[in-house]
This record gives sequence, structure tokens and C-alpha cells, in this order.
Amino acid sequence: MLDLSLLPNGGVQWLDASGDNSDIVLSSRVRFARNIEGYAFTGRARDGERLRVLAQVRDAIPGLPGASDGVLLRVDEIASADRLLLHERHLVSRELAGLDPQQPVRSGAAVYLTQQSAVMINEEDHLRLQALRSGFAISDAFAEVSRVDESLGGRVPYAYHREFGYLTACPTNTGTGLRASVLIHLPGLVLTKEIAKVLAGLQQIGITYRGLYGEGSEVVGNFFQVSNQTTLGRSEEELLDALVRVVRHLIEREEESRRVLLRDAGYIIEDKLWRAYGTLRFARSLSFDEAMNLLSGVRLAVGLKLIPSLSVYTLNKLLIFSQSAHLAYAEGRALTENEANLARARYVRQTLSDESER
Amino acid sequence: MVCDICKEGDVVVELTQVEGAEVRHLHLCERCAAERGVETTLAAAKPQIGEFLQAVHQQVHVGLEDTGKCSFCGGTLRDFRASGRLGCAHCYEAFEKSMRELLRRVHGNSRHVGRRYEPPNASEMERAGTVAELRERLRRAIDSEQFELAATLRDQLKGVE
Repeated sequence: MLDLSLLPNGGVQWLDASGDNSDIVLSSRVRFARNIEGYAFTGRARDGERLRVLAQVRDAIPGLPGASDGVLLRVDEIASADRLLLHERHLVSRELAGLDPQQPVRSGAAVYLTQQSAVMINEEDHLRLQALRSGFAISDAFAEVSRVDESLGGRVPYAYHREFGYLTACPTNTGTGLRASVLIHLPGLVLTKEIAKVLAGLQQIGITYRGLYGEGSEVVGNFFQVSNQTTLGRSEEELLDALVRVVRHLIEREEESRRVLLRDAGYIIEDKLWRAYGTLRFARSLSFDEAMNLLSGVRLAVGLKLIPSLSVYTLNKLLIFSQSAHLAYAEGRALTENEANLARARYVRQTLSDESER
Repeated sequence: MVCDICKEGDVVVELTQVEGAEVRHLHLCERCAAERGVETTLAAAKPQIGEFLQAVHQQVHVGLEDTGKCSFCGGTLRDFRASGRLGCAHCYEAFEKSMRELLRRVHGNSRHVGRRYEPPNASEMERAGTVAELRERLRRAIDSEQFELAATLRDQLKGVE
């Protein structure tokens, strides 16, 4: 079994809720898609090509920022339960982890992790460089990825075209190869039914949204991943500026709808949120979706200062560690769905009870 | 009205350029607009992957110039239509016209204005190659417990690094 303690900070430094607006914005992520000149893109590459891509990156690693504590993990050499675990930690994408039965893990799939950043190797593109930060910290994440990008791009030749920019397997990433996103919690807008209007407006200004786990995933627990839609024709700074403005606007709208909720339906909301807390605190079996939705309520209650004894950090930890692969990891064995639901309720109960006694 | 650039095509778009205090108006035909990465239709500005794959589909059927194979990876536009992904970086040149059109549909523009990239120069690459090779030899020397050789290789490595 994978030893997560060997990863820099366990790979979850961003959970610490130290960033700006971290009660509403869980995390900020910036990633660059890059390919290495001279090889077919990952999907069309032969096994040998992918292994050469990996070898070339491995040779470049010692010169990258943060290399002293870096860990290179061969994703293709670890068990599927461990790959799921890395995915639940947001350290590797679903595709790199090979979680779809139609798309098993590829030879040469790897991830390089440091305290500050990660490089996925042989993902849809040869390289996906990314940095994840607590709270609303897009420019911080961007600065970090840029450092890695400049260093790596000086050691391996990227596929680049004078007119089209950085070349990627999917043309939706061509140009800057930049995708910046925030994971944002918008229960106020959902409860006031403003959310559809707000989201519809986003699409028109080149911003898109997805669920908790990125592309193709559903929105659960009122968590939205908001990111730039286009990557070409605007500079990196312009793309980031547009997203930052949208996120600021979303935070304001969310805060406003929370004020409206408290003003117009104070006791109903308060009752609803305390009930969510009560269920989490005492339930004996919790499905993942139920836990997410209840945690969303409790997160809102903490944001409204209704439950002062609970920290955002604890809520963040609950989000990650109550997922199936993490529960199985803690129990040291594979769990059936029922067993996972029991283990989840036990874990949540214990964590909340520890917190309330402190 | 004819295009300001080629003086032939019908004007479909007016481009307003602002440089400092100077404002310039350019009247462009479809082709010249495309070459400058300017979006000419409102409908196409909506970046929808479905729409965009449909565009590939149409082009494959109409049989525009970009039929044939990429000489590097052997990929075709038909493969791209099936998977939504290109085979390699050279596909962008092999199917340049289609790609330009598709990028405009997806992003509203086909011209990269972000960071410019200069690939590492040959001597640096060579040095990196030497470093990689020395490191590999050092690893093998240590594995096979040839410590004198390992010490020599380590010194060489220090020298190059």
C-alpha cells in the first residue's frame, strides 16, 4: 500500500484554510498543459514513447524548483485503490489514475509532487503542471506554476507553434495551455435560487463551471469548480484577470444571498443547518453524497458564525478524508459500500466530537 | 466594399485597432480576417466542443484541402473527429487550415498572444543529455558497488553541473 506520509505534506497543504476567503473558496488551482517536441501526444504514443517522455522529465527534475523534497510516483506501478486515493486527494486526474474501465492506466503515467506544485506526466498531454493553494489565491498559484514551467521548458523542448502557441492534444487547451480554477462553495446562491442566473451569465464571458472533481463530474454539496473556458487569443494575465473578477463577484453575490437568507428566513435556515450538524454528529451510516450535502450545510453555518466551535480546516479535512478510498486506507482494507457508509459516519462523528470537546 | 488588405474579397468585418492614441479601422474579408485570427461571426464565438466537433465532421464530409494523413503520427481528421484529440503537435501543421478555423470557433481567435516560448538551445540540451547519461552511469556504478568509478563519475557530474 502507498505510504501517503512520504508525500510532501501528504499532498494536502491546501486544506489548511490559510488562504483568503477560505470559508467560501476552498482552493485555487492553476495548470499548464504542455507537450514535449518529438513524440506523439500521449493518446497516440507507443509505450516506448511514453517511457522516453517519462525518462526525459525525470532527468530534468533535479533542476526544478522545490526538487529537494520532491517525490516522483509511478502511477502505472501502484494498485488501483492507491490510484483512487491520489485522485481523491486531487493530486492526479481521473485520466492519469486510469479509473475508467475503458481507459486503464497507461504505461509511463507518473506524477511528480513537491510541497508547492505537481507535474502529471503522460496525462492527456505529456505534461500537466499545476499548483493548488488554499482559499482565493490564483495569482500565487500562477506564479508557482510559471516558475516550474520556465525551469522545465528550459530543459525539455515544448511543442510550440508561432501562431497557435503551446500545442495540446485537445484544441480546447491550445494557446496558453492555461486553466485556472477555484473550488467555490455557493449554498446561499443555491438556496435563494439565484444560482442558475449567475451561472448562465458566466458562460457568456468565457468562464465555465464543473463539479467537485473537474471535467464531467456532477455538482455535489453546492461546490462549484469555476474556470476559464478559452485558452487562446488572450494573454495569461488577461485570462486570470477575467477569472479573478468573476470569483470576486461570486463571493459578493454569495455573501449578499447569505445576508438575505438570514434576514428573511433566519430561524428556518438556522434550524436546517443545526439539523445538518446534528445528523453528521450522530448518524450511524452516511453515503458520500449525503455527507457532502450535510457538510455543505455545516460549512454555511460556520460561515454565518452559527457554529463557532468548528474550524474551516476541520470541514476541509472531512471533505477529503470521508471519501471511500481514504476510509479504506484508514481501515487498512477494501470496504463494501455499506461498510464504507458505516466507516464514514464513524469518522465524521469522531472528528466532530473531538472538535466540540476542544 | 472590398478588403483593405487583399483588395479583392468582400468586407465581412471591421477591425478597430487602438495603438496608443491612434485608432485605426481595417475592413477585412473573411480570409484576411481568418489569417489575423479575428472572429467574424457571433454564433461562432460560443466555444462549444460539440459544435466544434461537428465542424470537423462537416469539413471531413465536404472534403476541404486538409484530407490525408499527418506525416509524423499518421493521424487523420477522421481520427480526431472520433476521439476529440489530435495525434501529435505536427497535426496542427498537417491540418493547419482546419485547425485555424476550429480554434477560432472554440476560442473566438486563433492567434496566441500569451507567452512566447524559446526552446532550450542545443548546447544546453547536450549538457542536459550528458548530465542524464552521467547520472545513469553513476546509478549503475553504485548499484554494482564500483565505488571508485562512482567517485570519478560524481566528480565529472559536479564539473558539468
